[in-house]
This record gives sequence, C-alpha cells and structure tokens, in this order.
Amino acid sequence: MSLDTPKFSDLDALYDEENALVATLMYEDPALFDEEMEKIFKTTWVWVAHESEFPDKGSFKLSQVGQEPVIVVRDRKGKIHCMVNRCRHRAATVCEVKKGKTSSFQCPYHGWGYALDGSLRAVPYPEQYGDDFDKSQHGLLKLRTEAYNGMVFASFNEEIEPLEDFLGPQVRRYIDLFMKQGGGFPVKVLGEHQFAVPMNWKVQLENTTDAYHFPVVHKSFMQTLDGATEDMFDFLDKGVGYVEDLGNGHSVMTMIPELMDLDENLDAPIPDRFAELAQELRDEGYPEEQVKKIVRAVSGAGFNLNLFPNVSFSLAFFRVLTPIAVDRTDIRHIAIGMDGGPAAANQARLRLHEHFQGPMGFGSPDDAEVWERVQRGTRGGDSLPILVNRGLVDEEPGEAGPRGHISAETGMRAAYKMWKRMMSQ
Amino acid sequence: MTEMSKIDSRALLADVTEFIWAEGAMLDAKDYDAWLDLWTGDGLYILPIGEGEDYANQLNLCYDNAKMRRDRIGRFQRGFSISSAPPADTVRTLSRFRIEAAGGDLIEVSCAEHLIEDKFGRQRTWAGNAFYTLKVADDGFKLHRKIVRLLNSDGMLNSFSYLF
Ligand code: FES
Ligand SMILES: [Fe+2]
Repeated sequence: MSLDTPKFSDLDALYDEENALVATLMYEDPALFDEEMEKIFKTTWVWVAHESEFPDKGSFKLSQVGQEPVIVVRDRKGKIHCMVNRCRHRAATVCEVKKGKTSSFQCPYHGWGYALDGSLRAVPYPEQYGDDFDKSQHGLLKLRTEAYNGMVFASFNEEIEPLEDFLGPQVRRYIDLFMKQGGGFPVKVLGEHQFAVPMNWKVQLENTTDAYHFPVVHKSFMQTLDGATEDMFDFLDKGVGYVEDLGNGHSVMTMIPELMDLDENLDAPIPDRFAELAQELRDEGYPEEQVKKIVRAVSGAGFNLNLFPNVSFSLAFFRVLTPIAVDRTDIRHIAIGMDGGPAAANQARLRLHEHFQGPMGFGSPDDAEVWERVQRGTRGGDSLPILVNRGLVDEEPGEAGPRGHISAETGMRAAYKMWKRMMSQ
Repeated sequence: MTEMSKIDSRALLADVTEFIWAEGAMLDAKDYDAWLDLWTGDGLYILPIGEGEDYANQLNLCYDNAKMRRDRIGRFQRGFSISSAPPADTVRTLSRFRIEAAGGDLIEVSCAEHLIEDKFGRQRTWAGNAFYTLKVADDGFKLHRKIVRLLNSDGMLNSFSYLF
C-alpha cells in the first residue's frame, strides 16, 4: 500500500461527503473494521430480534450485537432482556440453543445458574469464594434493551438516547406503515433464510437502499413474473418513488406508491395473481372487506426502510446484517406473516419469500454474487474511489432530509454521513 | 405397504440406485431439460429448513411445483442471472441407498448426498440426506417427490447456483 493511504484519523479521506466518494480502504482494512465494531456496533442501537421470535415468558433467542453473542429473553413478568452469552466465571457460553423456552440459564462448565433477567442465582460450592462474594455483581453482562412496534434493539451504550428518539418520528411512521402488512393481525416471524457473503458489511448497507441495481441484477427474477407484477417492480423505468434521508443514517426508498399505506385503496380490484387466494379466503368465511385487506397485505409494503447500522424493512421481509470480519458478512432474510391469520395467506407469503430470497431464491443469489464481486474488485485500484454520488444533481429537500430520484444514492450518503459522525467520536 | 422378498428388493434397490445416479449425473452435467422430464406433473422438489415436515406451512429453501421448477431452470439457462452465468461446477456422490417403503406404484428411497462445488477457485462442501418418492412408470421411474435435507439447513449457508 502506498504511503498516502488515508489514516483513520483522516475520516474525510475515507468518506468525502461533499463529493460522495468512499475510499477503497473502507471495505478492506481489518483495523478499520475493529474500530467500526467499537465505535458503531458497541455504541448505537442494534437490532436483535422481533418480539414474535420469543413470544412467551421464558422464551429466548440467540442473537448478536456486532461481534458479541447475546441472548434475548422474556422474563417471568414478560420484560425483555438482552445480555452477553458469556458466563461470569470463566466465560463459557451459557446457552447454545438458538431458540427455545427455559426457566433459567445454567453454565455447563461449573454450574453457575442465572435467572431469566441475567442475575446470578446459584454458585455450586460457594464457600471457596469467601463471605464477601457479591452475587449481585456477577450477573450476565446486560445491554440496554428497548422495542418499537415489535422490533427489539439493544445497545452496549448506557448513555444512548431512547430508541424512539434515535429512530425519530419519520422512521417510526414508516415502521408503523410497514407493520400494516399483518393485514389486521399482529406481524409474526415465519422463518429465515441465512447466508454468508464474502463482503464488507457496508456493501450490504448500501444495497438495501439501491434501486439502481434492480432491473440489472434481478432481470432473471422479473422474467418469472406475470405482466402486472413485473409492471409493479418496474419502478425505475416509471421513475416513480424516491429515496429520502431520514436522519441518523436511516433512509427510506419508496418503490411502489400504491402500496405505501396498506389501509388505503382497499377498493382497488384484487390482482389476478391473488384471485385464487381471495376465493379461498371467501370460502373460509372471511367477509369481503377482510379478504381485500388480507390479500393486499400479502404483497407487502411498497418501500424499503433502512435503519443504520444493521436492519432493513424490505417490502415484505426483514433483512439483517451481522459483520463477521472485514470481508465477511452474515445475512438473514426473515420471512414475516400474520399471527393468527389464515394459513392460505401465510402460505402465499412463504412462497413469495422463497421465490426471491435466500440461498435458492431467484433474487438473493444474484445479489450475493454482485456483493462478492465488489469485494473482489476492491483488491485492485486502491486509489480509486467508490462513487455514491448518483442523484446528487437533482436532489431536493424532502420531509426529513435530502430526497433524491428513486435510483439516487441518497440513502447510502445518509448511512455514510452517520458512519462518519460515529467514527469521529 | 407390501412385503417384498429379498430377491425382489435387491433387484429393486439396484434399479432405483441406477435411476438416482442417473439423475445425479444429469444435475452435475446441468442437463436440466432432461431433469425436468423426470418429474410427474404434480411432483414436489423441496429443500426444507430445519427438522419440520409441514413443508407447505413452513419456510423452505425451495418448495418447487412444476411451474417453479420450470422457472428455476429457465433462470439458470437464459443467461441473465449473474450467479448462474457461469454457475459453480459440482460433483456429487450419492450413497447409502435404502428402500424405506414400497407399495402400489410408489417407492420411497433414502440416501446420503455429498456435493462439492467449485467457483472462483474456491471449493465448498455440502452434505445432506435425500428422500425420494419414485413413481413406477412404463419406462422406469418418475420423480414424484424429492426432499433434500442439508445438514446445516438452518445455519449460515451460501447461495446455490445448482440443484441438490
Ligand atoms: S465457566 Fe461458567 S461456571 Fe465456570
Ligand atoms: Fe437486490
């Protein structure tokens, strides 16, 4: 590497905000990655779970905050806790079951027992620790944990602003709109696709707000759609929609205007592709009004809401990234449906999810391929910048921040602006 | 299911093994048109996630009826999918064949599948249990149901540009 390689103290060289240029080093440097884990993932709110993944008292789910393994759990009173999955004695993980239900966590090594809220309850043969051993100082390491509309976030930063403030009113409004795809039922996680991609996590962060790639990368998916659906996904040619910076690194990309608010346009005719489903629901006895609401909800919301740093509400599913190493990121595509809703509607949602998402979807493998190609490409041309300046020329003020063309890189600029703010702390 | 004599079952095992090996060779050779012809019209090709067996009501890696199989193959063949143009090369080994049940015109067979893929100079290894329901036809067998359970189906995978 040349001597004029940007140093981390020179954040302007890593992200040139005015010209919207990202340095190649941003995807390549392991030391920078370590610093990101400290200054971003250990400092901000990180998405860890959806409440439906651990619905009952005593239900839990393993998750990650940056590189740290955590347990998200509901205690006996239903309160949600998130704590590091590491015994306070000599560090063994206290749980290796991905999801389940329990009354406590017992370390397998020497048997220390922890309550659902992480407090240390039992130490076998405690005499050798003496009388002043203070159990209350040896609970599992807790994170701050807050939820908004079912989405659970955790933070290592005790001083951080409340989750609702971090999200802000615009993001909260979009989350509420997104959750309308429960079709009158609570939103429930139905399963997830998981795949690792040899890429830096920011390549994924960019992609969730990138409409520009859609007609190119997803042509082969589009070719398997009926005409009306293909038309719906043709947002780039139509030039409808926009990308808007919502502050704190968050952004929204509106792609299908008629699906922005699923409670509106309920009188619109049911699309042909859902005619069979609608009939099935009628046959099950659902009144026409509810049939329309459910069917409309099945296709998902008309936008991607991207939250910095690790979760995106993407049309009809949640997309979660976990940074593993400078050149490896784990991706989860979480399928959602209607809790207590008609099985036929949830089946339709599952089949739509399988159609595009995951290791065998008609969309995700092509995404994964181009993300990897970015990581492979950045091995060459150290000195060349990565351009995220698309749409700067015709950006206008939106409701919350700059608003650009549907294919603009406005959302990436929002994320990199936040990246820089956090890295300069 | 009817009892089979030892000799019958040995002959049958040889026949189904030959059929499944031929199918595996088609998939490695990406001879997909021939593969599509192996199926019954209402056949299902499924790669589940985890242990569940209620495939219709759970999230799978794929849950393909005839139309989805055709679309999937079309996507592989048309050249617009960057992940499958070119796809990874594969070599698979199918072994430990067992006839689980046989009755009427249906035969249930299970076997072990090991597959190695190669792309970008990198090899990845996958292992799974494969379950076939074959339908006896005039000219041999048809695939009626094929379920491949990857050992790590509920873990972190990579994307697949081929079939198991
Ligand atoms: S490491 Fe957990 S009890 Fe010893
Ligand atoms: Fe994509």
